[in-house]
Amino acid sequence: MSTTTRTDRPSVVLVAQSSRWGEKLIQFWLGFCAIASVIITVGIVLALFSPLPEFFSRVDFREFFSTDTWAPALATPSFGVWNIVVGTLNVTMYALIVALPAGLGAAIYLSEFAGRRARKVLKPILEVLEGVPTVAYGIFAFTFVTPLLRDNWPTWLPGDLGDPPGIFSAGAAGIVLGIMIIPTVASIAEDSMSAVPRSLREGAYGLGSTRMQVATKVVVPAALSGIVAGFVLGVSRAIGETMVVLLAAGASPNMTLMPNESVLPMTAFIGRTATGDISAGTDVYFTIFAVGALLFTMTFVMNMISIALVRRFREKYE
Amino acid sequence: MTSQTSTDAFTDTRGHVPPVMATRGLNVYYGDFHAVDDVNLDFNRREVTALIGPSGCGKSTVLRSLNRMNDLIPSARIEGEVTYHGQNIYQPKIDPIEVRRRIGMVFQKPNPFPKSIFDNVAYGPRVTKMKVDSMSDLVEQSLRRAALWDEVKDNLKGSAFGLSGGQQQRLCIARAIATSPDVILLDEPCSALDPIATAAIEDLMTDLKQEYTQIIVTHNMQQAARISDTTAFFTAGLDQDNGKRIGRLVEYNDTSTIFNNPAEKSTEDYVSGRFG
Ligand SMILES: Nc1ncnc2c1ncn2[C@@H]1O[C@H](COP(=O)(O)OP(=O)(O)O)[C@@H](O)[C@H]1O
Ligand SMILES: [Mg+2]
Repeated sequence: MSTTTRTDRPSVVLVAQSSRWGEKLIQFWLGFCAIASVIITVGIVLALFSPLPEFFSRVDFREFFSTDTWAPALATPSFGVWNIVVGTLNVTMYALIVALPAGLGAAIYLSEFAGRRARKVLKPILEVLEGVPTVAYGIFAFTFVTPLLRDNWPTWLPGDLGDPPGIFSAGAAGIVLGIMIIPTVASIAEDSMSAVPRSLREGAYGLGSTRMQVATKVVVPAALSGIVAGFVLGVSRAIGETMVVLLAAGASPNMTLMPNESVLPMTAFIGRTATGDISAGTDVYFTIFAVGALLFTMTFVMNMISIALVRRFREKYE
Repeated sequence: MTSQTSTDAFTDTRGHVPPVMATRGLNVYYGDFHAVDDVNLDFNRREVTALIGPSGCGKSTVLRSLNRMNDLIPSARIEGEVTYHGQNIYQPKIDPIEVRRRIGMVFQKPNPFPKSIFDNVAYGPRVTKMKVDSMSDLVEQSLRRAALWDEVKDNLKGSAFGLSGGQQQRLCIARAIATSPDVILLDEPCSALDPIATAAIEDLMTDLKQEYTQIIVTHNMQQAARISDTTAFFTAGLDQDNGKRIGRLVEYNDTSTIFNNPAEKSTEDYVSGRFG
């Protein structure tokens, strides 16, 4: 052993060798991006909500939230927003009738039945489907689903329900919206089902459960809040979707839940009106913001519910 | 109990009445990996058999092959035979669901379902569509036999997640008992529990001997010595073909023989704590 003293040792370098400017610059840029996206979002919300005082100084609050007719552009305008809210709900309802069973079924298949190879192929396809431009779905609704419904309508149905739909119908729009949100519903439901611990499945198999019983009696209940979160997010996508309803649902603000009638969902109103010939400062101009703000509030609440549900689910198993 | 007219060709290696379960030439592979090599064991009626040995020697693998739980692992493959009352449970015509109804399993970590205590116990009878006169009687009976009734009887609707680890494990045993299995497999059921909860499970297993054949994997030598009638000692040796680790059965005998007078040096080293 050499008897080195303290001073003989090579000095240990703890001081930074360079000031690492590049790293700091990148850090700054990343922080800037994060803050910018928040600021922009807040800006959009402000832009949407700031014309509201002006709108409600022109249109009575009670009239807006009433079932009066919806005709903001007429010479003697009328602003019963319920007509177009119900239009949105109508289309959303049919979308859910399609998307819930199909989305949940796809999720159960992917997480409990599909082999590793099938999952490897199907999961990415599902994710790609989420990225298909909505106008493509709109064209699909208009050129394929609408004629299909018209030619095959069950005319034996009682009352007005037996009338075949025209070129615009809530049903056609709803079905296509439903198809559009299946991937959203399925992939979130599948994520939360895959997160159910393996040990729960083994426990269930160990008691003599069949695959189907494991899926429906153990995995689905255990993943329920995540599955519901997927539903809610799907609903909020359906509510906010514009292109499909613009092309397929029509322009008549009928307050109906019938699938064979034309309705005017909120997004379709905004889309039609904003692309038309309107001048700033008119009642119609402000109406767009009022409907937009209401729509934003609806989807915002839905997304909040969805986030809360997912969080609750995480807490349960982590 | 009915006497068994076993038609199985095996003779019990230890001179008992025909065993409830047996393995002959059991080999298990995970893909290319040969995990356990040529295991021959007999499990006698209403006895506790302990499977002991160092980590990774294939105890869980052997245990899981006894009720076809390995079917759930895509890469797992079995060679040889596992018989239950003389029938090879790996024959193509055998339904693994039926096998698992008769050969229940309790896992290392308590895994109650996120349901009420009552629904956890009632789960097995419900999915297997057992004919029961009164589900609540069956639940009570199962919880009593699992020595949990007094602690939960006022809270049957409460979530199973609200119980302590030891209570959850006894709930899992109650859940397994509720389907009236014949054999219960337990994979280190006490390894996540404190000594008091462990003692409760051990007492319970001793009680359950009156009705069930039990096979337990344990890391705890004292536990094996206390509760088991027979003990199988496994170890991981080197595969002569490829030099990889492979699980082997070293010695299988009455527990007292394994602990006091083992035939193999490695068994003696292990049970006396000089190994593993
Ligand atoms: N699902 C699996 N896939 C691949 N290898 C596995 C799997 N399960 C266990 N093994 C391997 O098989 C061997 C035996 O494992 P195991 O039966 O769990 O041992 P023990 O229960 O005695 O600790 C180990 O080498 C382990 O890595
Ligand atoms: Mg193990």
